Amino acid sequence: MIEATLKELAAALTARRISSVELTRLFLDRIARAQAQLNAFITVDPDRSLAQARAADARVARGEGGPLTGIPVAHKDIFCAAGWPTTCASRMLANFTAPYDAHVIERFGAAGAVLLGKTNMDEFAMGSSSENSAYGPVRNPWGANAVPGGSSGGSAAAVAARLAPCATGTDTGGSIRQPAALCGVSGIKPTYGLVSRYGMIAFASSLDQGGPIARSAEDLALLLNVMAGFDPRDSTSLDRPGEDYARDLERPLAGLRIGLPEEYFAEGMDEDVRAAVEGAVAEFRRLGATTLEVALPNSGLSVPAYYVIAPAEASSNLSRYDGVRYGYRAPEYDDLRDMYCKTRAQGFGAEVKRRILVGTYVLSHGYYDAYYLQAQRVRRLIAQDFVTAFERCDVILGPTSPTVAFRIGEKVADPVKMYLNDIYTVAPNLAGLPAMSIPCGFGAGGLPVGLHLVGSYFAEARMLNVAHQYQRATDWHRRLPAGFA
Amino acid sequence: MEWETVIGLETHAQLSTRSKMFSGAATAFGAAPNTQASAVDIALPGVLPVANRGAVERAIRFGLAVGATIRRQSVFARKNYFYPDLPKGYQISQYEAPIVQGGSITILTAAGERSIRLTRAHLEEDAGKSLHEDFHGMTGIDLNRAGTPLLEIVSEPDMRSAEEAVAYARALHSLVRWIDICDGNMQEGSFRCDANVSVRPQGAGRLGTRCEIKNLNSFRFLERAIEFEVRRQIEILEAGGVIVQETRLYDPERDETRSMRTKEEAHDYRYFPDPDLLPLAVSDAWIEAVGAKLPELPEAKRSRYQAELKLSAYDSVTLTQTRELAEYFERTLLAGAGAAISAKLAANWVMGELSARLNEEGRDASQAAVDPARLGGLLARIQDGTISGKIAKEVFDAMWAGEGDADAVIEKRGLKQISDAGALEAIVAAVVAANPKSVEEFRAGKEKAFNALVGQVMKATQGKANPAQVNELLRKKLGG
Repeated sequence: MIEATLKELAAALTARRISSVELTRLFLDRIARAQAQLNAFITVDPDRSLAQARAADARVARGEGGPLTGIPVAHKDIFCAAGWPTTCASRMLANFTAPYDAHVIERFGAAGAVLLGKTNMDEFAMGSSSENSAYGPVRNPWGANAVPGGSSGGSAAAVAARLAPCATGTDTGGSIRQPAALCGVSGIKPTYGLVSRYGMIAFASSLDQGGPIARSAEDLALLLNVMAGFDPRDSTSLDRPGEDYARDLERPLAGLRIGLPEEYFAEGMDEDVRAAVEGAVAEFRRLGATTLEVALPNSGLSVPAYYVIAPAEASSNLSRYDGVRYGYRAPEYDDLRDMYCKTRAQGFGAEVKRRILVGTYVLSHGYYDAYYLQAQRVRRLIAQDFVTAFERCDVILGPTSPTVAFRIGEKVADPVKMYLNDIYTVAPNLAGLPAMSIPCGFGAGGLPVGLHLVGSYFAEARMLNVAHQYQRATDWHRRLPAGFA
Repeated sequence: MEWETVIGLETHAQLSTRSKMFSGAATAFGAAPNTQASAVDIALPGVLPVANRGAVERAIRFGLAVGATIRRQSVFARKNYFYPDLPKGYQISQYEAPIVQGGSITILTAAGERSIRLTRAHLEEDAGKSLHEDFHGMTGIDLNRAGTPLLEIVSEPDMRSAEEAVAYARALHSLVRWIDICDGNMQEGSFRCDANVSVRPQGAGRLGTRCEIKNLNSFRFLERAIEFEVRRQIEILEAGGVIVQETRLYDPERDETRSMRTKEEAHDYRYFPDPDLLPLAVSDAWIEAVGAKLPELPEAKRSRYQAELKLSAYDSVTLTQTRELAEYFERTLLAGAGAAISAKLAANWVMGELSARLNEEGRDASQAAVDPARLGGLLARIQDGTISGKIAKEVFDAMWAGEGDADAVIEKRGLKQISDAGALEAIVAAVVAANPKSVEEFRAGKEKAFNALVGQVMKATQGKANPAQVNELLRKKLGG
């Protein structure tokens, strides 16, 4: 069962070969056994999950089940779910129980999926290693001392270790794709505006986008079918007709034009990563695709632009955590100002505070033009680079991360080194483009390598097709980390 | 030295939408604390704002009414600062690209008509309320008001006296009610002003350093705060001091302004476009549709009253002080149309008796105890000679007290004018016979004596005699 695809699970549930309660118990047991080792979850609530599973079984029995009815889904602890603690891995929200459902949670609920638990992450989604959590670091199932990537590290580790059939994540600068790459699973960040941000705790509003993490492109398509859709409560949600993201999965790749950005292949990535990515490129040629070099001349500016815009928005988005209405409040303080200072000093972790400081600085009077406005101009240039490139190709391909998973603690002391991990992933967020990561081999230490696919706006179905065809020809995505069979 | 006062006003008008600027919570005043605060208003993690279309439409209405430019794309920005009654830690407002740009308001003072230019008007949300009184050593927070839609209307520094500032505030107050975008309730804070006040030597080109006086929620406070502030600034300057740019608060109990914070203490609000909201797009079609629904505006009415009804500029401005008064006047005119009452007669009664009564009772014209149809009926009886203007006042009072329409009051009280020549002739003859001295004086050329005789006739008829007829009969009798 732990190896079954979502389609197979749905078939088994419909045929009553297994019940949702049994399936949910199976994964709850696996979570419990792995928790001490991986720390992938912040909250599990078997009673609640099993109640949902029973409801799903009843629904299936009535013949009203859909493709996800009864299937357990792990959610990143950034999505508000009514009655569930929703912490964003922060001490600030340790005591916060969401009184409402995020749009994404609502959609999964309506589809009859079971909420399996809330996964660990970098605090407020700020980080590339899932070490910045008030609940302790997440560990990569492929290597005990390796990070799982971040910020959706708990979700990626859970899917990799088969603690959940699938999970949700959010991606502001690579937070779905980079952990998917480092944990050897698949993840997609859709076009900005496709998945509602309502109830998804904000890090950087203009970049944040929810998406699924799963074991295959085919599973991602089914999950995206549930997650995507217009929501009038999110002003940036796109009101467009629904689509079936699985519709093109079986399309042959003959005639596919793959763009390879010269900037990505020039230097920067480790040799083991390069070997795996070049192997994937060769595989695509065998599948009938043609490759060509494209230029993304401003790609070198994406990390600096990102680390101005994201902290700027974050500094404002996180102002609501002031100890006044909910969440953490310092136990002792002298006056209002002191309450703010102590509450936020004690409630936020170091990386969050660092970004609030940077963001406050770049928005300050006298610096705004030089940093924030300049970064916005760069952002437009980066988006334009992609538009130009997509005139000549259908998808852009490269490494998701320049290295395989690094060691826990290795980059904690050097934020800039940590930020450079995002070098390939932040540009699609700045441009609002869909992007995904799929496993394409293993590098040093037997750690997974991720292949990065970027598509044009709303090209999700095509990208999933490309990924699915690759996964039909390869088995990287079926490999299981030792000890989790 | 002669000093010139320079004043600009920033006015917050609460828009009369049922729900808030960015959430679906109700805006009604006076509910129990925090019962009208939704997840969005409380700023729970993960919630997002959605702009209220009704509020945007009201801003467009205002822009059209003041002849401003409506931006086809305006931008919501975040104004960041920490305060317990500001749930998100920022206020959503408009900064660099407000929806309404320019425009003007006409004011009338003793010196005549003037046009005051507007800089801009922008949409924003209100904060909640901090309650310090009821909690020992603590502060209570009521977020019912948080997120209430406001239109902040900013004038150019075009006013030169407290009187002009009040005239502007009144005209603006009247206009926002006229176009039905704000209830204008100043006690509940639906319409409040901040005044930027500076002084400079008469004739100087450069503006003096200004102080901003916050939260003036009555016209009287606005006037007194400005007067105090002008005196304070002039005293400082004449003593050789300098004005410190600062925000000051008016204390009505002590009738003075005092410092809240200086420029150095001012916040850096770190404005930036709100990434949760797309630029606010307003189409030509939308603007056109809003314009088509606008009522006739005060200025248009004024021109029409002067051109078509031949009323004076003063009367036209007075009648258009509020939409209720203007509508009352027009309905009165319509009700008296059968008797062809003159516009001037109607205007005099609306501005005179009616307005006096309304002022006494603190009501507006739509709440008058005598409706326009009844006033029109009364004026028709003046016009057709049934009663004199003097008797009409008595009838009006009776109508106000609820005694029915004009005809009923005239009938019941027997106030019908005596126009029967035979009856009047007898009374005139009797008066002439009883007042030989006056008759003699009149014949000696004293016109005053004639008036005394008229008075005697009116007295004898309890004022019901038709004065024109009395004049005529008396002259005939005296052989004049």
